[in-house]
Amino acid sequence: MATLKLEIVTPDAKIFSDDVDMVTLPGVEGEMGIYPQHVPLMTQLSAGEIVVRKGAEDFFLAVGDGFVEITGDRVAVLTDMAIRAENIDEAAAEEARRRAESRLGEKLDDEEVARVNAALAHSLAQLKVKRRQGR
Amino acid sequence: MPSTRDIRRRIKSVKNTAQITRAMQMVASSKMRKAQQLALAGRPYAALMNNMLAHVAEHAGDFTHPLMAKRDVRKRAVLLVSTDKGLCGALNSNLMREAAKFSKDTTVFVCAGRKGSQFVARTRRTLAAEFTYKDSPQFGEARAVSRFIQEMFVKGEVDHVDILFTNFVNTLTQKPEALPLLPIGELKAVSAGVDSRALGATLEKSPLEYLFEPGADKVLGELLPHYLNFQVYQVLLEAKASEHSSRMVAMKNATDNAKQLIKDLTLDYNKLRQANITKELLEITTAQMALGN
Repeated sequence: MATLKLEIVTPDAKIFSDDVDMVTLPGVEGEMGIYPQHVPLMTQLSAGEIVVRKGAEDFFLAVGDGFVEITGDRVAVLTDMAIRAENIDEAAAEEARRRAESRLGEKLDDEEVARVNAALAHSLAQLKVKRRQGR
Repeated sequence: MPSTRDIRRRIKSVKNTAQITRAMQMVASSKMRKAQQLALAGRPYAALMNNMLAHVAEHAGDFTHPLMAKRDVRKRAVLLVSTDKGLCGALNSNLMREAAKFSKDTTVFVCAGRKGSQFVARTRRTLAAEFTYKDSPQFGEARAVSRFIQEMFVKGEVDHVDILFTNFVNTLTQKPEALPLLPIGELKAVSAGVDSRALGATLEKSPLEYLFEPGADKVLGELLPHYLNFQVYQVLLEAKASEHSSRMVAMKNATDNAKQLIKDLTLDYNKLRQANITKELLEITTAQMALGN
């Protein structure tokens, strides 16, 4: 069976690089599932959860904003954050979310607001992935 | 002939210098390790981003973006990424030699790092803005620089932007390089630390037609500024890695030289001391022989 070559890269590291069977991505226009032989596509990624299926196993990753390029057999994900579910520290994420939410109440300039919003989106994505794991 | 005291004083001062350069070497080498790690970690992202952008540029069709506008080059800007401090070998002078190649009249400089702006002021070139960046460059700092450049370009103040920085090859080699940054389009080698040959190879594989979601204009509108921000960020990282590597090597050489000097001086000192003792002994024996007679 055909496989997809999935690469997830952040500015800090290459988080994921493997052949997989299916990927579910949080696009800006809603979730989308990518199978091999998908039509070439370029899209934006919003913060959320990536589900990777390889064989019978599912992997979950929390990701931040970014871009995705899909060519028939390859999926390249560029994002500012990507963490595997098992590496997420729920307490830290919760703490980050609280901090970001309280910062939003303060008076901030545009630059700061953007940064805090990004931090908030990151922590929410992490929490979402982690809590789903718990179930 | 210097006296033993002079030599002793000299040795002491060289020892002090060696101690300082040694300390600086230690500091630089620990910073270097961190900076190199950051620079290398950013490269896969930069490479993938380049790749993606090249595909987009090829398939965007009729769509154009203000940042891709090709105009006749009447005025150009150069983003000069230098260091804040000296004592890092020939790094800055190599860089400035490249910078001096740009025409004085039609080029405005945007500087990151103090050495660059000093050079611009000294040679009476035009300085548009000066930015600072920390030892571990933040994405926010890169964004500020990149936003300023984008504004200049979109407003039509400049028609072409190059970025001049020191590319990090390895600890012993850093190469000053000028890369075209704007207009986006000639993507052949527009990548900090990315092998352009590898880029060329992947370009050929690009498929025929792309879908864009939500739309080519929206995706490009987001991707292009982000690409520039990241490109600047990566360049800052490369420059920092180069700076610390170069400083580490320069300080190591200085320490080694000082050690050699101390060794030579100690030898001189001992020789002189021994000569003095011999002379004194000789005098004593002469005097004794004179008295004995």
